[in-house]
Amino acid sequence: MGQRTRRRDQGRYRGPRRASGNGLLVVILGLPVLAGVAGTILPAFGYLPALGGLRPTMAHLTELAGQPHILRSVLIALAAGLVTTSAALAIVGTFIAGFAGTPVFARIHHLVSPLLAVPHAAAAFALAFLIAPSGLLLRLISPELTGFTRPPDWLLPNDPLALSMIAGLITKEVPFLFLVTLAALPQLPLRRAQQLAAALGYGRVSGFLISLWPTLYRQIRLPVFAVLAYSVSVVDVAMILGPQLPATLPVRIAHWAADHDLRVRFLASAGALLQLFVVVAAMAIWLALERLGKLARTSMTFAGTRLRKDMVVRAMSGMAMAGCAAIIFSGLAALFIWSVAGLWPFPNALPGAITGKIWLRALPQISGPLLTTVGLALSASALALIIAILLLHRNGAGQAGNGASYKLLYLPLLVPEISFVFGLQILAIAVGFTPAFPSVLAVHLLFVLPYVLLSLSAPWRELDPRYERIAAGLGKSPVRILLTVRLPLLFRACLTALAVGFSVSVSLYLPTLLIGAGRLTTITTEAVALSAGGDRRVIGVYALVQAALPFLAFLVASLGPQLLFRNRRAMRM
Amino acid sequence: MIRRARHFITAVMLALGLAGHAAATDVGDWNSVAAEARGQTVYFNAWGGSEPINAYIRWAGDQMKARYGVTVVHVKLDDTAKAVATVVAEKAAGKDADGAVDLIWINGENFAAMKRERLLFGPDWATKLPNWVYVDHETKPTILTDFTIPTEGLESPWGGAKLVFFYESARTPGGELPDSAAGLLRWAEANPGRFSYPQPPDFIGSSFLKQVLIELIHDKTKLQRPVEEATFTADAAPLFAYLDKLTPLLWRKGKAYPQNYPDMKQKFADGELDIVFAFNPAEASAAIANGELPASVRSFVFSGGTLGNTHFVAIPYNASAKAGALLLANFLLSPEAQLRKQDPKIWGDPTVLSLAKLPAAERQAFERLELGVATLRPDQLGPALDEPHPDWMTRIEAEWTRRYGAAN
Repeated sequence: MGQRTRRRDQGRYRGPRRASGNGLLVVILGLPVLAGVAGTILPAFGYLPALGGLRPTMAHLTELAGQPHILRSVLIALAAGLVTTSAALAIVGTFIAGFAGTPVFARIHHLVSPLLAVPHAAAAFALAFLIAPSGLLLRLISPELTGFTRPPDWLLPNDPLALSMIAGLITKEVPFLFLVTLAALPQLPLRRAQQLAAALGYGRVSGFLISLWPTLYRQIRLPVFAVLAYSVSVVDVAMILGPQLPATLPVRIAHWAADHDLRVRFLASAGALLQLFVVVAAMAIWLALERLGKLARTSMTFAGTRLRKDMVVRAMSGMAMAGCAAIIFSGLAALFIWSVAGLWPFPNALPGAITGKIWLRALPQISGPLLTTVGLALSASALALIIAILLLHRNGAGQAGNGASYKLLYLPLLVPEISFVFGLQILAIAVGFTPAFPSVLAVHLLFVLPYVLLSLSAPWRELDPRYERIAAGLGKSPVRILLTVRLPLLFRACLTALAVGFSVSVSLYLPTLLIGAGRLTTITTEAVALSAGGDRRVIGVYALVQAALPFLAFLVASLGPQLLFRNRRAMRM
Repeated sequence: MIRRARHFITAVMLALGLAGHAAATDVGDWNSVAAEARGQTVYFNAWGGSEPINAYIRWAGDQMKARYGVTVVHVKLDDTAKAVATVVAEKAAGKDADGAVDLIWINGENFAAMKRERLLFGPDWATKLPNWVYVDHETKPTILTDFTIPTEGLESPWGGAKLVFFYESARTPGGELPDSAAGLLRWAEANPGRFSYPQPPDFIGSSFLKQVLIELIHDKTKLQRPVEEATFTADAAPLFAYLDKLTPLLWRKGKAYPQNYPDMKQKFADGELDIVFAFNPAEASAAIANGELPASVRSFVFSGGTLGNTHFVAIPYNASAKAGALLLANFLLSPEAQLRKQDPKIWGDPTVLSLAKLPAAERQAFERLELGVATLRPDQLGPALDEPHPDWMTRIEAEWTRRYGAAN
């Protein structure tokens, strides 16, 4: 590659040559994903030699169509995913529009950020411990206010409309979207746009919507799609909070994949294929919603609606943000109380006896898995960050990556984990990977990299190119510019990406279990194995430890820049 | 050059998993098994959802290390099918040796599936274990037939199981307790919303369906054979007529179910449920000792009998440490390990050994065991009903899902 092309690579130029330059890297990373998908899809059409499936057949898809209430399972998963995504986006969007640059913003920011660290399963348990008829909320007011001496027979959680599941998902997706938005926010001319909109008489929310939202949304669009794909395919939260009769499609796939009758694996694979289409359908609907939203925004702009009195909307978004934090924190408090509780019958608001027995019994065994977890998470997120920086450096972030090969990296976010990993496991064994740290690390990397890339690419793209132009004008080499100009400017974004990768790695369950063949135990594999046992005390201990790890990572990500740049005002938040 | 070629061949052999296993493990020659096992690491894939059980397995691992130099790693599963999936994936990839799973805690459908797919180490090794001489295979027929499937020595018995019901004597008077499935329906009519079962295909929930099926089916001998398609609807009709009546009387009116036994136990502790059941007679005593259930919990069974079965350990055909796995299976069967397992303060799982076959000292130790306030003595446990052929469970679960799977 000639000097001229390399220079242009640093800018926004993305020609066919670049693709060949990165082809190898992308193939190495994308291939296992595609193979995993193939290893899942082939059995859907009857090909799985280990179980005697050699001839292609449509029988398993027909069998899937014949499953009782399958349509309803699909629709609930689809609807829950769409509602979750729109609600989470609306809350985050309105909040940022209404409060960016105010003291409330900073306060809520500190309140909400740690939520990202709480693993989905732990958050779901936290919500369930609060709202169940025998949960903490009802215990607090019973029997004094309700007259209940025994838990009432209410269908909560697991309500048929999946409202508790949607609530659980929103509390977790809001922090995620908020954090990726936050990473993109410094690149926007926030103050100037706000002043301009205010001078023209717009309310905060409508002014933001008209002036900054399009740019901001473009930067967070991929994360939004990731949220959509995730909420449509979620298994653990749906198991804890979602409807049960029938359960959502992903939960049913998970059950089929774990069925004692091995022939059901074919059905599970067929289900996974359907799940893929459900995710595609959700995205198509989302694209249509985007169009509608754009139309509405345009007509609002041209109508000149000012919406000056938006106090109610702002207050609601603020309360929704704080509510997410309140729910999870009080749920975690409930988890903690359970972890030290002796016998705790309803309607007592507090356990009759407090005991450290569970912690004392668990802690000696936690150290081994803890080391493995931290080792995996640190190596996976650090590797992912380096790869992401290399990729972005060579490609430019572009409009979310124009090349089709580039988009392969996002496949792990779009394919339901449960089925994708089964195919990957067959591949890993065929290649001769011995289940050990490196192979588990490799599969973690597959899941971690997209998230790291997602959270890094928007700030990368939006960094003011003039800094680098000046540096280039002073004759600095591209590598020097990267190391001395770009990376320091993006230090916060890099740390955030690292923390995101860390928490993704910590929360990975199926990849760790299947690729590690159970030989590598992490806090999460232990926690989920124990959650099958349903003992609230033990769940409490492991969920708290599991949540503490990414929490620490985010603490470092948010404190690091503050300490490092304490004498550079513009780089603090 | 030749040396390099030899290196290459060794590497290929290693890659194909052919090296290092020149001689097959011979169970008959126990001394050589013990010698071969020394230094091996056994990956024991077992459900990890219960802390007392995990602690027991840790103890067994410590003993194995100290006595035989065998390292035991407990691979904690949330579902045994995951270990089966590992073996399936290995077979799919042609990995016929040096597999990741050395020993699986297994019974019923998982065993039937692995046996059918030829994923198990064999032939007959279980009856050649030195401690097999103590096993009570005469009066406990479920040791030789696992859910009507002959074990043929492909799995070694580990513990017994029997369906037992629990109630809280402070909340529910003992005199009103049901004594049969029909009685349970009448009890539910009087106490709506206070009974439920884990949602099939959960193992415990399906076991409840089987209990009702066994009690109500007209021709019980049919259960010992695979389902006859032509008569299935008629055969299962009494069960579903019963469930149609029971469902609106269940907790949440049958619109939601506990997800598994521990979930059901938690709801029992919370006071949402009044009668629950388990497959381990000592379960209630253990839960009381753990502070999970109040001390007033007691057990009962149906006088006409409740479901009973045996759980086993089996070795996959491609296990890496077959000798170590054999040694561990034998140790788990030893009077010492079985005694410790039956102690409700440790785990409380019933033994598979025959007290009559044991040496006097061990027999007395078993007889001296304090079983706990909520545990019925073996002679109070009532008759054990045989598990139906696995085929029935599969069909009934499917039919259950079709009928009750969209209650919302």
